[in-house]
Amino acid sequence: MVCVLVLAAAVGAVAVVLLFRLWVVLRPQDVTPRASLNLLVVAGSGGHTTEILRLVGSLSSAYSPRHYVIADTDEMSANKINSFELDQANRDYNTMCTQYSIHRIPRSREVQQSWLSTVFTTLHSMWLSFPLVHRVKPDLVLCNGPGTCIPICISALLLGILGVKKVIIVYVESICRVETLSMSGKILFHLSDHFIVQWPTLKEKYPKSVYLGRIV
Amino acid sequence: MKCLFVTVGTTSFDDLIACVSAHDSLQIIKSLGYNRLILQIGRGTVVPEPFSTESFTLDVYRYKESLKEDLQKADLVISHAGAGSCLETLEKGKPLVVVINEKLMNNHQLELARQLHKEGHLFYCTCSTLPGLLQSMDLSTLKCYPPGQPEKFSAFLDKVVGLQK
Repeated sequence: MVCVLVLAAAVGAVAVVLLFRLWVVLRPQDVTPRASLNLLVVAGSGGHTTEILRLVGSLSSAYSPRHYVIADTDEMSANKINSFELDQANRDYNTMCTQYSIHRIPRSREVQQSWLSTVFTTLHSMWLSFPLVHRVKPDLVLCNGPGTCIPICISALLLGILGVKKVIIVYVESICRVETLSMSGKILFHLSDHFIVQWPTLKEKYPKSVYLGRIV
Repeated sequence: MKCLFVTVGTTSFDDLIACVSAHDSLQIIKSLGYNRLILQIGRGTVVPEPFSTESFTLDVYRYKESLKEDLQKADLVISHAGAGSCLETLEKGKPLVVVINEKLMNNHQLELARQLHKEGHLFYCTCSTLPGLLQSMDLSTLKCYPPGQPEKFSAFLDKVVGLQK
């Protein structure tokens, strides 16, 4: 009986510590000046990849090295990323070759997959995402909504919670989302450092979001 | 040569492909003056038989490295409501009809189609209303689409990560 109580108290204490750490990590932080940034980009199927590459294409060469994470079944995104990086390298003779790499994790959710089974497949993706994010230790995670981004962002948060590294999480809601947020958006609205929307209706509904107009 | 390009991006949209390649639709398309129809069918399971006659050609394929060429030669584009397909088409200044896939969960794509239609950049419909729309629409009423500004994103990001010069 006493053992059960002690165990319950221990679990409770751990939960309190983790929640406190989460609160510390999510608080607005001072901006640290820096010269370059290790960037992790989550690419999803179809339009998600197109949109995110437009955003990455606008960034300076200070955002290097670039680590792209894609679902293991998504060869199309791998091709798009390779073409994109090749174009960037050809265009910018002055800078040294920007390093980039493509990492694959299991897909969290297939299109039209039930939400209940998604919980299990997402946990499976987490199992592989965390070691990846821990190894890369990005300064910044950039994503725009495919299910693949949830385990990655949670892993990035965990790095902060465990005191390993504070990772800045920037989420850009897809241009498709005019009036409502995606499921990933609803989750990451509370867990990201900067949440960007592309239509004024969403800015009105979510005043804490950032609205810069249409950026893709 | 007047060309109609139908694209479903990386998705599967059997209803649209079946609708557009049905005999009645082909008659309407021909009557509107088109003599070439290109179907990009993505992951779809409906695969119409391509053919070529003196007056009309039907091409069918799943994917291409880039749709730039086919978009360039199109006089009208019929597309699913995916962001990539819509933006690429509008940025090329091509008239666009978006067909909503009613079988998609939540159907979030409808929001984008509706908004861009409100701004006068495209027409939208469902598979069942497509033939009617093709016959009644006036493409000259469509407005030019101003491109997005990713530089605003990079300026914002540089500031918040501490890279500002």
